[in-house]
Amino acid sequence: MSQPVKISVKVNGKRYEREVEPRLLLVQFIREQLQLTGTHIGCDTTYCGACTILMNGLPVKSCTVLAVQADGGEILTVEGLEKDGKLHPLQEAFSEHHGLQCGYCTPGMLMSAFYLLQKIEEPTHEDIRKGIQGNLCRCTGYKNIYTSITDASKKMREGA
Amino acid sequence: MGWVGKSLRRKEDERLIRGNGLFADDDTVEGMLHLFILRSPYGHARIKSIDTSRAETVPGVACILTGADIEAQCDPFMQLGPEPCDKIVDLPLAVHKVVFQGQPVAAVAASSPAIAMDAGQLIDVEYEMLEAVVNPEEALKDEIVIHEGAGTNRVWHGVFEYGDVDKAFADAAHVVKIDRMHFHRFAGAPLENNACVAEWTRQGEIEFLCNNSFLGFAAQLLAPGLRVPIEKLRMRSYDIGGSFGIKICNYVYMALSALASKKSGGRKVKWSETRTEHLLAAGHGNERTFLDTEVALDKDGVVTAIRSRHIDDCGAYTRYEPLGCVIWSQVLPATYGVRNFHIDFTQVLTNKGPVAPNRGYSRMQHLWFMERVIDICAHELGIPADEMRLRNYVREFPYETPNGCVYDSGDYPAMLAKAKELIGWDEWQQRKEEARKEGRWIGLGIGTTLDSGTNNFGQAQIMNPYLPFSGNSEVCSIRLDFDGSVIVTMGSGPSGQGHETAASQVVADELNIDPSMIQVRPGFDSDWNTFSGHSGTYASQFAVTGLSAVHGACQKLKKQMLQLASYMLEAGEEDLEFGVGDEGPQLAVKGTDKKINYWFLSNVANSNNAVLDESLADVTLNVRHVYRPPFKVPDTGKKFGNLTLTYAAQLHIAVIEVDKDTFHPKILAYAAVDDCGNLINPQIAAGQVHGATSHGLGAALMETFNYDEAGNLLTSTFSDYCPITSMNIPDIEYGNIETPSPFSYNGAKGMGEGGGAPLHTVSAAVQDALFDEGLIVTESHHSSPAIFERLQAPNRKTAVRVESR
Repeated sequence: MSQPVKISVKVNGKRYEREVEPRLLLVQFIREQLQLTGTHIGCDTTYCGACTILMNGLPVKSCTVLAVQADGGEILTVEGLEKDGKLHPLQEAFSEHHGLQCGYCTPGMLMSAFYLLQKIEEPTHEDIRKGIQGNLCRCTGYKNIYTSITDASKKMREGA
Repeated sequence: MGWVGKSLRRKEDERLIRGNGLFADDDTVEGMLHLFILRSPYGHARIKSIDTSRAETVPGVACILTGADIEAQCDPFMQLGPEPCDKIVDLPLAVHKVVFQGQPVAAVAASSPAIAMDAGQLIDVEYEMLEAVVNPEEALKDEIVIHEGAGTNRVWHGVFEYGDVDKAFADAAHVVKIDRMHFHRFAGAPLENNACVAEWTRQGEIEFLCNNSFLGFAAQLLAPGLRVPIEKLRMRSYDIGGSFGIKICNYVYMALSALASKKSGGRKVKWSETRTEHLLAAGHGNERTFLDTEVALDKDGVVTAIRSRHIDDCGAYTRYEPLGCVIWSQVLPATYGVRNFHIDFTQVLTNKGPVAPNRGYSRMQHLWFMERVIDICAHELGIPADEMRLRNYVREFPYETPNGCVYDSGDYPAMLAKAKELIGWDEWQQRKEEARKEGRWIGLGIGTTLDSGTNNFGQAQIMNPYLPFSGNSEVCSIRLDFDGSVIVTMGSGPSGQGHETAASQVVADELNIDPSMIQVRPGFDSDWNTFSGHSGTYASQFAVTGLSAVHGACQKLKKQMLQLASYMLEAGEEDLEFGVGDEGPQLAVKGTDKKINYWFLSNVANSNNAVLDESLADVTLNVRHVYRPPFKVPDTGKKFGNLTLTYAAQLHIAVIEVDKDTFHPKILAYAAVDDCGNLINPQIAAGQVHGATSHGLGAALMETFNYDEAGNLLTSTFSDYCPITSMNIPDIEYGNIETPSPFSYNGAKGMGEGGGAPLHTVSAAVQDALFDEGLIVTESHHSSPAIFERLQAPNRKTAVRVESR
């Protein structure tokens, strides 16, 4: 086993300094060391997207990033979406339109959707399909997820 | 009033959208151990030796389990089937032989998942490779016997004969013969893999936090397997990341976590499966081959009899099987009025992953068979696919099938009309004809299916007359807590179906209060919540079993509340009304300002009871209700009886174009019409339809477990298994009709499995697109390479024969 490495990462606005094994995956760091278990693991091969988070503003699948790669970086997870006790419009919309069933893909799905809406304010149906193509959902058939994201983008444009 | 029937936003979402759910893998405590399972790289091999000495020296390793430990500490898991199933030794680790790729051989518990994996890779296992058998028909020859103790691979055989088949064939105007059809192997692949945290305490109790979806059943298998009384087990789930039936069979692995905890002196042990482990070994859907099918039809194309031989491939262990050998007969004639059947049914072991009851379990395979029969006959006799169905649909309800099942209600022609309207049937027919002229391959396909719900476990006795299972039940307890809050517990342990919400809707209507005033405890918990031996989420039944239990419990609670309030308010029970006042939920005397709120009611029942009269001794405001559907044990000799209470129906239509260059079957339009009786929460019901449709489309177009001859799974990662994504799924037009069930208190029918409708629909549409090319669809999987290959040697001349008089 290699020597632990000290890393400093800002997660959901809070700075954490930890010693980690060089081989520790970022998702394991987030789940096990920071106890932020909203980010899930579904496949370990970068396919399913359950572990999607934002690292330095970009969506990454945290099962395929090492914790040491996040050193000095900023991370946003599902736990960071709610602000001052107010849910993000995407969170509201997913619940309002039944965009989740078991809820296992939801955190990753929300993070991909969050990034999509930052990039494209008024996404088309095709934009949304492409925006979440890296996130599997086995429950909903995606239909209500499209509706949720469309509705959230509308509410965000209206400044709700 | 009127919460039932509304698309109430789900209570579960409050935690799930914040990332605050509690999935089994989320349970992490300081000092816990992590389990790595070393699995067989071979489909069939003898274990010559296992040497754990190198692994034991790895710092951080707490204990290692091998087959020898397991054999000494466990009894083989009970198999449901009769002889020879009871001779199959099913232990959590292989002892002398491995019989499928991915079978556990050893397990390491260590201080981190990475250390456990490191150590696991230092376990030296010497194998002697054996020839594998992956083809079910080959396996039936018993040239390679998978479980030597059983002596044969054939685990079940039975003949299902009803009516007068010979006469029907003698009288037939047409006989259509189909040599061979094959339903492929796939699974629901829930996004959350199996996981379990187990603690075998020093007091000899075993606590599980897991994601098994049928814990009432799992407890009954785990306790004898682990040689402990069942009351020593605390079985618990909280949030489950999808199951689709697959997680019914993860008890085998739960046992390993428990045994590792025991061996490590009672430390908590977490096991989290990887995706590859899941695809290899968590459970596959049943694969089925249909041979020598003969269909008798009258001059109008009405099917009068079917003869066929079905071989079900259950993989390397039976476990929940051979239940599937009988479950399909819940839908024996599908949606059609056929009265004469001769089905010779065999189940066989192969060196592939064991099956588990995957969404649409066993009925989906048979419904696909029936839809292929209808569709192939329609094409061969030149009858349009919609007309063929209209001539054959069951129309009078309740309808008793030839094997004694009772279809409660339905209107298949209305569903067909609705689906045709949704998709624009006539316009597509026209566009299809125009496209044909241009040489394009466009087809329209219909799939009509059933989702039989609330099963009668008595059917297990058709499979094994000695099995002490019958009927069905679900349980609800409801109480007013000390502070007057309404607490509901159930045994269902859902995996995304929104039971907390639906139960709240029912209670809110019964007590005339707001759903937000009701707490439904999440998950299954054998210590805190109520349950029965049938408790779980499976077989499309919650809307009937679960909600009937909730409704029944409400009646008991209301009776006690009325008694107590009547005494306290000095008013007649008939003068009281339930509702919400300034001080929350209450009972009030109609037309007066006299009232008592839930806190006061609860207070006198629980903490201030000297004020009460003796006549109220039985009033506890804490009640339990068990719902038992009105089932009888079927006639096991005749294989006759009512096997399920309700029959939800699905009617799907697809328009597919097969690309002439790439052979990709592109869905141009898709409609799904559902009938699950009265809707409890329309948004949840629609969500289940979308999800079941997505699973079926994934299975029909992309997802398959392919094995090579040595028993290697060739699709053991998501990159190879290809689960359906947002880029592959068409836009689905959803429609609904409601034919209330006369057999449930609320007119609802259990739903959620969806009958595998897209598999039938896609097969029908592909055949319609390619029939003129000489292709008869006899396979359920339609990837582009598969279609390309089939078109190289069109099978119509060899696969089907029609004899007309």
